[in-house]
Amino acid sequence: METFSYRHKADRRSTGSRAQAIVGVVASGNLEVLVERILPGTECQVEVSTPVTGFGAVWEAVIADFVERRSPGGLKLSINDGGARADTVALRLAQAVRVIEEEGR
Amino acid sequence: MTATSFVRHLSPSWYESSARDRVRILLDAGTFEEFIGPEQRETSPHLGIFDLPRQFDDGIVVGRGRLDGKPAFIAAQEGRFMGGAFGEVHGAKLTGLLRAARDARTIPVLILFDTGGVRLQEANAGELAIAEIMRALIEARRAGARVIGLIGGRAGCYGGGGLLAGCCSALAVSEHGRIAVSGPEVIETNRGVEEFDSRDRGLVWRTMGGKNRRLIGGADAFADDTIDSFRAAALHLIERAPAFGLDMLKAEQARLADRLERFGTCADGLDIWKQQGIADATSVPAMSTETFIEVANRIEEPRHDAR
Amino acid sequence: MTLAEVLASLFPAGHDVVQARGLLSGSGPLNDGGRVTVIGVADRTPLGVEEALSLAGHVLAGLEKGDDGPILVLIDSDSQRMSKRDELLGLNEFLAHLAKCLIHADMQGCHTVGLLYGHTAAGAFIATAMATRSLVALPGAAPAVMDLPSMARVTKLPIDILEEKARSTPVFAPGLENLARTGAVLAVWDEKRSLADQLQALLDQPGTDDRRDRLGKERKGRPKAADIAERVHDLALRPQ
Repeated sequence: METFSYRHKADRRSTGSRAQAIVGVVASGNLEVLVERILPGTECQVEVSTPVTGFGAVWEAVIADFVERRSPGGLKLSINDGGARADTVALRLAQAVRVIEEEGR
Repeated sequence: MTATSFVRHLSPSWYESSARDRVRILLDAGTFEEFIGPEQRETSPHLGIFDLPRQFDDGIVVGRGRLDGKPAFIAAQEGRFMGGAFGEVHGAKLTGLLRAARDARTIPVLILFDTGGVRLQEANAGELAIAEIMRALIEARRAGARVIGLIGGRAGCYGGGGLLAGCCSALAVSEHGRIAVSGPEVIETNRGVEEFDSRDRGLVWRTMGGKNRRLIGGADAFADDTIDSFRAAALHLIERAPAFGLDMLKAEQARLADRLERFGTCADGLDIWKQQGIADATSVPAMSTETFIEVANRIEEPRHDAR
Repeated sequence: MTLAEVLASLFPAGHDVVQARGLLSGSGPLNDGGRVTVIGVADRTPLGVEEALSLAGHVLAGLEKGDDGPILVLIDSDSQRMSKRDELLGLNEFLAHLAKCLIHADMQGCHTVGLLYGHTAAGAFIATAMATRSLVALPGAAPAVMDLPSMARVTKLPIDILEEKARSTPVFAPGLENLARTGAVLAVWDEKRSLADQLQALLDQPGTDDRRDRLGKERKGRPKAADIAERVHDLALRPQ
């Protein structure tokens, strides 16, 4: 297993008031993303645990891109990866932010 | 098209839904409170040895909410994580829930099975979990709590899960659902393809599938593949589920003995259904839900005082 | 120990346990003057629909008569019978029924004791040995969830890798020691001492809730189960 942890500063704080959300399932080609609104200001953190070794650079790039596009300020995102492709990872990260920013749940 | 059927068509597929979605949509909106949710990160202490990824909830969602305004405990297995199999933490969450139901006495438990059985990487812990769940389930039933099993997911309800299903007060199953102890591949590997061709999907469903289980009395209600339909079935079964006791066990002994006598020489599900008086047994697999439910209710194989 | 030796050591004064088609039934006297009902599976017989129903019938017959003495389940079985017919007829219900009868009897006050003297596996294991309140074993007994070669096939791992990993954890490999450490097997009896005495000592202990998870934690075979179950239980009973 490989684990990575990335800290970024987003452009702005994530909207909404939900404390946490979870999307996805740990299965082949899939991943789960637990997102928690626990960091101060515009800080964000992404932690990854994956059984597929050697893709550190890809994770770093996907996550940097995600931070720039979605501004997940204040959010900690924790990933358990089941062997997903980069585009699936990007999708789930975006989905996680969308869900935690949803009102009324 | 009536308003009701239009609404029904919007209800998500049970089969396609995640465990979390099944729980959230089956219960009354906004009433679900999870116990030891994913943010607690209580993952399996054993999967790391095999370099297998963990899931934050270890593949089962447990908690409480309301069903039609009344309190209910609920547990839902995620069939896509490790095949929904029982591991140490996964199993313990359900054991704890059932022990609570025993102490609360009046709150029903819904178990949304979606499991291949014991998680082999934690085989001993998984097997023990099933035995402990079984004990807690019976204790809950003896205390008066109804335990309703709902089966219709990707992994089916196999192995130890099949035994737990047989301990529930009542079961609802959909077309997609399968209930068995040994799975098709296991039978084929151990006994050969002549005994069971695991790739013959028709055979698998005629033997272990939801429709055969409903017709033979292995399940009490047949549901559409929608969360809505399972919700309705659960509400219906909570009211009808039998009390647990010696009378029930004696009635079950009788119904199982009767089943062996009537169908013990049947070679296939088709033979059972023919013997039950179904006009065209071969039409059963393709029957619509409505037609099938009518047929099943007419045959009325399961005795509601005998599970 | 052979079955005959087991029975002789359990019941030196004699017993009426008979064997038919791989199944055991009968009774025998206890040291304290009481009587214990005996059911069981012998000769590594697989547990199929007929077998499960027959054993359950014996348990129910005793309950109906008003027997309130203990029930001893002797086990040397295969796994559940793996066949199209058994599954077609709903084997899961038959095995569940047997387990329900045993658990009900125990909760009615008939202390159920499982004595594993041979093999058992998978569904048969759950419906017999694991459905008793107190599971003990004789040295040389070989319980398994699944045999290692089958596990290797299903997990797609070479068997020598599995064997190596099994050295560092008791949580998956077959064997008495692992099942004891995880809390399934309460104790391994001494085959050189009277089994009648050991049975009486076990029966003299007061009845308990299911504490296998706590035992597994103490013995360091299952580090999390007991605590997780307790936490969920307590959370579930908090007022809303």
